[in-house]
Amino acid sequence: MKQLSIGLLALVIVSSNVLADKIRIGTEGAYPPFNMIDKDGKVAGFDVDIARALCEKMAAECTFVTQDWDGIIPGLLAGKYDAIVASMSITEERKNAVDFSDRYYSNSLAMIAKKGAGIDPTKLNGLSVGAQRATIAADHAANIEGASAKLYDTQENAYLDLNSGRIDVLVTDRLPGYDWLTSEQGQEFEFIGDKIDIGDEIGIAVRKGDALQARFNKAISEIRADGTYDEINAKYFPFNIY
Amino acid sequence: MNWNWSVIIESLPRLFEGALLSLELVAISVLVGGILSIPLALMRLSSNAYVSTPTLAFTFFFRGTPLLVQLFLFYYGLAQFDAVRESFLWPYLKEAYWCALIVFTLNTCAYTTEIMRGAIQAVPSGEIEAAEAIGMSKITLLRRITLPLAYRIALPAYSNEIILMLKGSALASTITLLDLTGMARTIIARTYMPVEIFFAAGCIYLLLTFLFIQVYRLIEQRMLRHLRQESAAG
Repeated sequence: MKQLSIGLLALVIVSSNVLADKIRIGTEGAYPPFNMIDKDGKVAGFDVDIARALCEKMAAECTFVTQDWDGIIPGLLAGKYDAIVASMSITEERKNAVDFSDRYYSNSLAMIAKKGAGIDPTKLNGLSVGAQRATIAADHAANIEGASAKLYDTQENAYLDLNSGRIDVLVTDRLPGYDWLTSEQGQEFEFIGDKIDIGDEIGIAVRKGDALQARFNKAISEIRADGTYDEINAKYFPFNIY
Repeated sequence: MNWNWSVIIESLPRLFEGALLSLELVAISVLVGGILSIPLALMRLSSNAYVSTPTLAFTFFFRGTPLLVQLFLFYYGLAQFDAVRESFLWPYLKEAYWCALIVFTLNTCAYTTEIMRGAIQAVPSGEIEAAEAIGMSKITLLRRITLPLAYRIALPAYSNEIILMLKGSALASTITLLDLTGMARTIIARTYMPVEIFFAAGCIYLLLTFLFIQVYRLIEQRMLRHLRQESAAG
């Protein structure tokens, strides 16, 4: 009887631990419309909405931590937060450092240039091409032959320099690029060329071997199944981005 | 943790390439800023308020705001104005290199101006009176008495300013330049090994500072040799 009650007590403690499960989520907060700081100073965006929906499914209490992009994996490894939900592409290089969940959306790259500039996306010789540092877009920009790549700390700074004409072409993820083109600052710009399909899947990064990976996967299939995902998708894009 | 030496060794050539740019930015800005600071320090000491107040405003602004803010205002801020983008200066202001160089120069110039002002004020009045007594003209007095003495007084504080500038130059990486820090951050973006690469970059900064201190010591020995002889005689 005593053993049983100890067992029950242990069960209560374990289950209450699960209930009060706290997950700290790292995000960048400078990548609209996926993650940004809203006018009240809170994190918002597609990533944040998805993370909240996932946490609800996992019955976990989530808090958000913002971290500059180029330190976001080191921050996870250092234990400043437990998962990165920041539109991070699943890449082989990153898999050396972290584990990824299944994808929660797919991304392709695109190029943006001034309307009527007549830039041929296949002939970028001698032009300066910008991208955000430490992104797939940056790798792509660095590999364009004959063009000089300029790397920015944030996407916003890259837009500023596109606007001022310091860079002729911006290589960017297509979806945030789409969002910018619909904004006031983006009115004079357009996509050039087709979208660049890079088989880029966006996942949630966790520390290697962390059981959170399986829990996130389960929660992702749950929100896909019950329509929560489509609701969040529709809030940001008129087309399906999964 | 696994310390990865090979990534450090592989990155060294590119880090040194970055260090060269850092060195170039600091050398030019310190040189030009240093030259500009002498007339500015004299203007700062002028009894004419129309001359001294603008200089005071200049040093107040550049010493009173963070270098990062100055860089962003100059690089991203100016480019927002059509007038700037259409001006003849745009081919230069368009380049991050020139923006960094101009901001670094103005920044170090402001600090050096204040260092020189203090040094000029600290020149013993007896020396100046003696020079006036033998009928030295104002220009000669400045050239042969005030400034040489002020240099010696300013030297320790000035060397400090140069070292601070070397470290401040790391901010060039925020406006797309691949200086030592920018290069390190770009390599980290590929390798995800911030500790190793920043360790290597830190060592190169230390090396640069060490070399500078050696050069500075030679200059100091030469300029302050009269003090050495005095103490040897005493």
